[in-house]
Amino acid sequence: MTSDLISTDVLIIGGGLAGERCAIEAAAAGQDVLILSLVPPRRSHSCAAQGGMQAALGNCVKAEGDNPTVHFLDTVRGSDWGADQEVARIFTEEAPVAVRELAHLGVPWTRVRGGKNSYVIKGERVEIEESAENDGLIMHRDFGGTAKWRACYAAAATGHAALYAVDSEVVRLGITVRDRTEAVELIHDGNRCWGAVARCLRTGRHFSVVAKATVIATGGYGRIYGQYTTNATINEGMGAVIALNTGVVPLGNMEAVQFHPTALAPSNILVTEGCRGDGAYLLDKDLHRFMVDAEPAKQELASRDVVSRHMKQRMRDGKGVDTPYGPHLWLDLRHLGEQHLTTKLREVWEICRDFVGLDPARDLIPVQPTQHYSMGGVRVNKDGQAYNMAGLFAAGEAACWDMHGFNRLGGNSLAETVVAGRIVGRRVAEFVATSSLDVPTSLAFSAKSTAEQRAAEWLGRSGSGPSVYDIRNAMGETMMGKVGIFRTGQELAEAVGEIENLLAECDRAVLRSKVPGMNPELTFALRLKGMLRLALVTAKGALLRTESRGAHYRSDYPLRNDAEWLNRTLVRWAVDTPEPTFSYEPVGEIDLPPGHRGYGSDERVEMRETLEQYNEGVYDRQAAHGRLATTEAPGSRLRRGAWKELV
Amino acid sequence: MRSKETGGARRLRFEIFRYNPEDPGSEPHMQAYEFDEAPYMSLFIALNQIRETQDPSLQFDFACRSAICGSCGMMVNGRPALGCRTLTSDLPDVVRLHPLPVFKLIGDLSVDTGTWFREMVEKSEAWIHAEEAFDPNAQEARMNDDLAQAIYEGERCIECGCCVASCGVANVNASFAGPAGLNRIARFMMDPRDSRSDADWFEVVSNSDGVFGCLGMMACHDVCPKELPLLEVYAYLRRKSLAAAFADRGD
Repeated sequence: MTSDLISTDVLIIGGGLAGERCAIEAAAAGQDVLILSLVPPRRSHSCAAQGGMQAALGNCVKAEGDNPTVHFLDTVRGSDWGADQEVARIFTEEAPVAVRELAHLGVPWTRVRGGKNSYVIKGERVEIEESAENDGLIMHRDFGGTAKWRACYAAAATGHAALYAVDSEVVRLGITVRDRTEAVELIHDGNRCWGAVARCLRTGRHFSVVAKATVIATGGYGRIYGQYTTNATINEGMGAVIALNTGVVPLGNMEAVQFHPTALAPSNILVTEGCRGDGAYLLDKDLHRFMVDAEPAKQELASRDVVSRHMKQRMRDGKGVDTPYGPHLWLDLRHLGEQHLTTKLREVWEICRDFVGLDPARDLIPVQPTQHYSMGGVRVNKDGQAYNMAGLFAAGEAACWDMHGFNRLGGNSLAETVVAGRIVGRRVAEFVATSSLDVPTSLAFSAKSTAEQRAAEWLGRSGSGPSVYDIRNAMGETMMGKVGIFRTGQELAEAVGEIENLLAECDRAVLRSKVPGMNPELTFALRLKGMLRLALVTAKGALLRTESRGAHYRSDYPLRNDAEWLNRTLVRWAVDTPEPTFSYEPVGEIDLPPGHRGYGSDERVEMRETLEQYNEGVYDRQAAHGRLATTEAPGSRLRRGAWKELV
Repeated sequence: MRSKETGGARRLRFEIFRYNPEDPGSEPHMQAYEFDEAPYMSLFIALNQIRETQDPSLQFDFACRSAICGSCGMMVNGRPALGCRTLTSDLPDVVRLHPLPVFKLIGDLSVDTGTWFREMVEKSEAWIHAEEAFDPNAQEARMNDDLAQAIYEGERCIECGCCVASCGVANVNASFAGPAGLNRIARFMMDPRDSRSDADWFEVVSNSDGVFGCLGMMACHDVCPKELPLLEVYAYLRRKSLAAAFADRGD
């Protein structure tokens, strides 16, 4: 039996890699840390990341010459210039340290084998001699949108290995984890966050956790796409929801949604980009390798947004393989050979065997692009501090930090979890060291009462009304059908209308079951309205952004428009108002000027102002949008012009 | 084996163990549900369909639904298995589902594996006991790739609890490390980054709560969804235990 009120120095919401790595930093500083997690931490969705973690160690032949600046260039180009370039710079410089730290914690990274190695590169099998000098260092594999082989990996279970190593450290440090617990409401006074109200998913009871600092690390919001996502069932975006519900904290770039090219059809289980990195082909129904014509330079290894669009277009052109579940394309791994598939891509081999009964050494694998990653999230500054709300932080996929802009490169998110965990954790620890817990307990109890009333209201509804699951299914159909890979103003406007209707439906929905305890139907119902609000701000953000950038592609505005849209969407939803409000802040100080990404279209609308004009007062303008002060001066980590020696 | 693509032709009957400890009116019992089979239908799809269309109170656990997170271990016709990767096309017309034994019941098919595994990790100190603190400025220590692959082989355990549920010893001795626990110990034992000596490990593993508690029935090896080579793991642990015992005699 839990007390109604718990206090701690640091409350971490989410037990995946970002949350746990953050927790380690605060605990190592001697602080009292509590982690809340929907599931036992090792079951968090970080475990499902397969192919790798980007870090410019430059250990193998195809990685020679790599360094954080090359990684920075790839990341900013991948983001289609939507990223905060200082954050991308911080990330690429710290990623090698974070990867090596994971080696120290026990991750069995695949290592360089000195001597002759056989690889498949752009359709050719080649032999490359790895130097004896590098034997035993961390190996890399190729990934999309990168100039060098950079992804460090442990077979196709990189996230699993990293999560287990970090969670072992959490246990070693004796950090308290409450699994099967959901944060449902932030405790705050409009300016300062003091923890959260939690609901126990064993008993259904609510309790308050007051904390000097609160970290949202709940992952992405892919499940607003219903079943059309590679994400786990637990990725319902509730961290973003409770931040949005404060009425003052903005979410950033919610319309920036990534579609992964290779989800297994029809179940939408992820098949890693490491397959294409290791040389796999995409084929249409005629077994034609269409990506060679579409992207001669990068072929299957253009960025995910670009590859997904070519795939979707190919299927629209009637070149998909028709099935009762809709069309799909083929992923061809056969030429990689059984030995490679059962070792370096073992988890892919298992998934194909277990879920579609196919052997990738002999059979073609049915794939389709599907929702995969949320570039958007709780908007934070470079310290991970949420806009407009002292004491609230966010890290990992739940945050819009924002190193991914409008398209994330494969392997950059897994690396972000540990890099951001280290950095934000340090800032949290500094913040807590100078804070005291002077919160009126009435604030905690009134937040708890709000949450309890919400549950009671659901249980009190009677009569007939729509089912919460039907509403969720309709939301998924709308999001995938009208807020998907190709978007138009007309469809987006329809999507907004449909989601507004579903929000109204949600208020009329009734529960079929009122059993005591956690009650799975009630548990889902309590999330549904928040998910619909996320769906609405995503669709509306996409409707308002009349350009194409990264994963946000408007068929009616096909060009990237740096004259009008070189900015970040911020959305807030004031308490008790019917509509969200949108505003736009500069992406940050721009060091690498906007240009061609090296793949995809080279057409765009150029900036009207000069870079100097854009950068003039950029940090003041962000502060006006709610950005709180950072420990180090803004821009201090941006190594201005360092990229020039490489371009 | 039926083709995974077929289905739709059969009417399936699921008999599911029901008990909600939070409901004073609830008694343990079996409850039956019938529905039409669909192509590629996994227990993830089937159970969600039952919850959404027939019985919204039904408790079960899924997260990744791709056999990676280990949430959905359950007894399928008397055998522990991951629900998400069990396809109805591989099952008879009547399917009986029970929660995994050994673990504390949360409700219906949902059990508390998290607490069990955290205690296992704490008890065996299943983390790298490093001699030196991490140096952020140093290049990574080298490791032979064959060794990395061997460690990875043991690292693949997803802590679903199927092996523990299948283990005759774990079912009667709560302090037995269990197959997953022994596998994890072996994984750290072979890792050169861990500084524990054979003598240290001897204390942890060479007793009746460790590898010598195993009766060799090997159901664990048969049910492991990740096909971990548990037979080899126990042989390795016994060999290391013997070596440590002889070393301890000072021969």
